[in-house]
Amino acid sequence: MKYHTIDEHDITRLKALISDPDRVIVREKIHEDYTHDELHSLVSSPDVLVEAITTEEVAAVVHYAAEHSIPVTPRGQGTGLVGGAVSLHGGIMLSLQKMNRILELDEKNMTLTVEPGVLLMEIGEYLSETPFFYPPDPGEKSATIGGNISTNAGGMRAVKYGVTRDYVRALQVVLPDGEVVVLGGKVAKNSSGYSLKDLIIGSEGTLGIVTKATLKLITRPAVTVSLLIPFENLDKAISAVPAILRAKQLPTAVEFMQREVVMAASTYLGRQFPDTGSDAYLLVSSDGPNRKFVDEALDEIARIALDHGAIDALIADTPERQESVWTARGTFLEAIKASTTMMEECDVVVPRDRIAEFINFSHELEKIHGLRLMSFGHAGDGNLHIYELRDDLDEAEWHKRLDAVFDAMYNKAIEIGGKVSGEHGIGYAKRPFLTDSEQSSTMALMRSIKHAFDPKDLLNPGKIV
Amino acid sequence: MRYLVLIKQVPLSSNVAIDEKTGTIKRESGEAKMNPYDLYALETALRLRETYEGVVSVLTMGPPQAGSVVRESFMMGADEGFLLTDRAFAGSDVLATSYALSQAIKHIGNIDLVICGKQTTDGDTAQVGAECSEFLNIPCISNVQRIIDVTETAITAECDTGTTVETVRVHLPALMSVEKDIWQPRLPSFKLMCATAQRPVKTLNLKDLADTDERHYGLKGSPTQVVRMFPPEEKSDYEIWNEENLGERLYQYLVSEKFLQESV
Ligand SMILES: Cc1cc2nc3c(=O)[nH]c(=O)nc-3n(C[C@H](O)[C@H](O)[C@H](O)COP(=O)(O)OP(=O)(O)OC[C@H]3O[C@@H](n4cnc5c(N)ncnc54)[C@H](O)[C@@H]3O)c2cc1C
Repeated sequence: MKYHTIDEHDITRLKALISDPDRVIVREKIHEDYTHDELHSLVSSPDVLVEAITTEEVAAVVHYAAEHSIPVTPRGQGTGLVGGAVSLHGGIMLSLQKMNRILELDEKNMTLTVEPGVLLMEIGEYLSETPFFYPPDPGEKSATIGGNISTNAGGMRAVKYGVTRDYVRALQVVLPDGEVVVLGGKVAKNSSGYSLKDLIIGSEGTLGIVTKATLKLITRPAVTVSLLIPFENLDKAISAVPAILRAKQLPTAVEFMQREVVMAASTYLGRQFPDTGSDAYLLVSSDGPNRKFVDEALDEIARIALDHGAIDALIADTPERQESVWTARGTFLEAIKASTTMMEECDVVVPRDRIAEFINFSHELEKIHGLRLMSFGHAGDGNLHIYELRDDLDEAEWHKRLDAVFDAMYNKAIEIGGKVSGEHGIGYAKRPFLTDSEQSSTMALMRSIKHAFDPKDLLNPGKIV
Repeated sequence: MRYLVLIKQVPLSSNVAIDEKTGTIKRESGEAKMNPYDLYALETALRLRETYEGVVSVLTMGPPQAGSVVRESFMMGADEGFLLTDRAFAGSDVLATSYALSQAIKHIGNIDLVICGKQTTDGDTAQVGAECSEFLNIPCISNVQRIIDVTETAITAECDTGTTVETVRVHLPALMSVEKDIWQPRLPSFKLMCATAQRPVKTLNLKDLADTDERHYGLKGSPTQVVRMFPPEEKSDYEIWNEENLGERLYQYLVSEKFLQESV
């Protein structure tokens, strides 16, 4: 084993590095939550959980770990879906949850500087009192911003506003040897050498630990209105998407959903969806400075949709109406989970014009392999979430069918020009698929980048590469 | 069967501006929407029409711009809409509003079932429906959570009275107010918006009513007066209990604060 196993001496030393030894939690005292993330099938316990509250503490712990060859796994809220925040090789789990202060709102540069443990919903709440807005909108609002940055989280508003990467101006990062660097700055553009900041974003804690982030803000759009657009079937719904995206005003979100998922959400929430008469729906949002502007944008989109075979376009304009559709959309993942005994997820992204083909392919797989599947996703950016449901299958059969379906799906995604993860990352679960899908020289480059940052492979080992 | 739904325009958000002098809501401020509780009433009428056939009309009282909630009801599927508007109605309290509405309902005529929402989000009295039924001298059932049956002459419904569920049958014509969540209200339809763009909103003024005596309406016809109006204070007091028998203590607390009734 290339790693040193933590002993009593290490624990004493670690406690000395942390201002309050109660924030160093050892083995049996570590809560079960810290042995997994939202990919429940991967379970592995760290030897020590350290809850850091300053960059200095993070740096000191990482430095100690580097000197003693102890693996370190950074951890946000553990809502990741690919096993990224699981200590595969034991060692230290470094939780950033308690570094949760909002440090500075710079109104002139329109930036917000935060510690990594601030939750996405706390940023939303904080900014709601200001004219500013942080657009990225991943479904899980209790994730940390550090986690969002480290997975380059996407979300619902990506169509118009992009993903987390597009809203990070600067990062303070603790490197695997304990050195602290600042990457990027409060600058709106930057061509100064390799963009290491962008390498850190989406690196899932394998290259460095984010201890401070300066986020780019925009001014808050005053009005958002959504359209729920019913179609006879998914094919028709998806084929309307390219035309909708060519509308004069780019929509904020274009989500697709099928009746079975909507019904699962209704059951889960114990309340009806405003429309259940159709097989497939697009949920399109538009935002802007005033109602007239947004109405004009949606008028055009509604007409385009009707020209492409939509049954109607239903208007969710008030807070109650928005809530009735978006709450359901927000619970899809949980609702699907509640409808079965265990589930796995495929988070592929494909070119937008191939979405329908991919979904139809997955329906075929469902029949061929006898595995129940459910899907929904971001039609506006081709990012699909396809869930494999175990139901009553026994362990062996479940894995057999799951592997067959996963192989077929990822192969198909690559064949049509897609990628194996749209927003949840690679972590542990998607590693083989990443290796299979990228050219060997690309993988070799990724490995040499990892080696350049972390030659001893101590930071979140066993993830991505 | 002819259904009439009473609808009201209310401010879009609950952060409303209040006129300090008169204690009334500044209606021009900000955007407006249909009272969310009325959406359940309208949905009920539309569902009844689907099952039992008939015509769905809506009636709103308010300033001219309140006509937009009538248009919105067309987009949800209503067949016909009335706007009751007159300077004489300004400043009406619950009683004067109910009286004006009942006069308009009489004028419209031939209504089998009047349907209201539980309450409004800006007035919150939950009394307009019941008072209307008194003026119209027709039976009223409140807190309807489920409709069991409608015939030519009667309606049977389940009412949630808080402590019991009552099954009630009343003769038609009648008035009922429905609970939130009786059905999930449908969303307004773009297609219906286009199709009903030319449909008129029928305007009714004081002169159209049988009783044209101004003293019965508006501020003059309002025996109650709002003394002060203010957004509810947010209360965020808390206590931390850390002891044995927390369940019992919580129970006693809830009883003492009248959230629970002691079992007998
Ligand atoms: C119901 C639900 C809905 C979701 N919806 C979306 C969605 O719409 N879009 C989307 O993109 N994701 C979504 N996710 C996935 C998940 O919320 C994101 O991956 C999120 O970014 C993880 O944040 P976290 O704080 O929980 O991080 P964790 O799960 O704790 O960690 C995730 C990864 O980041 C690393 N990490 C965490 N913090 C740091 C740090 N400060 N420095 C370095 N590395 C760090 C960890 O080591 C790990 O590899 C959803 C998850 C759930 C459960």
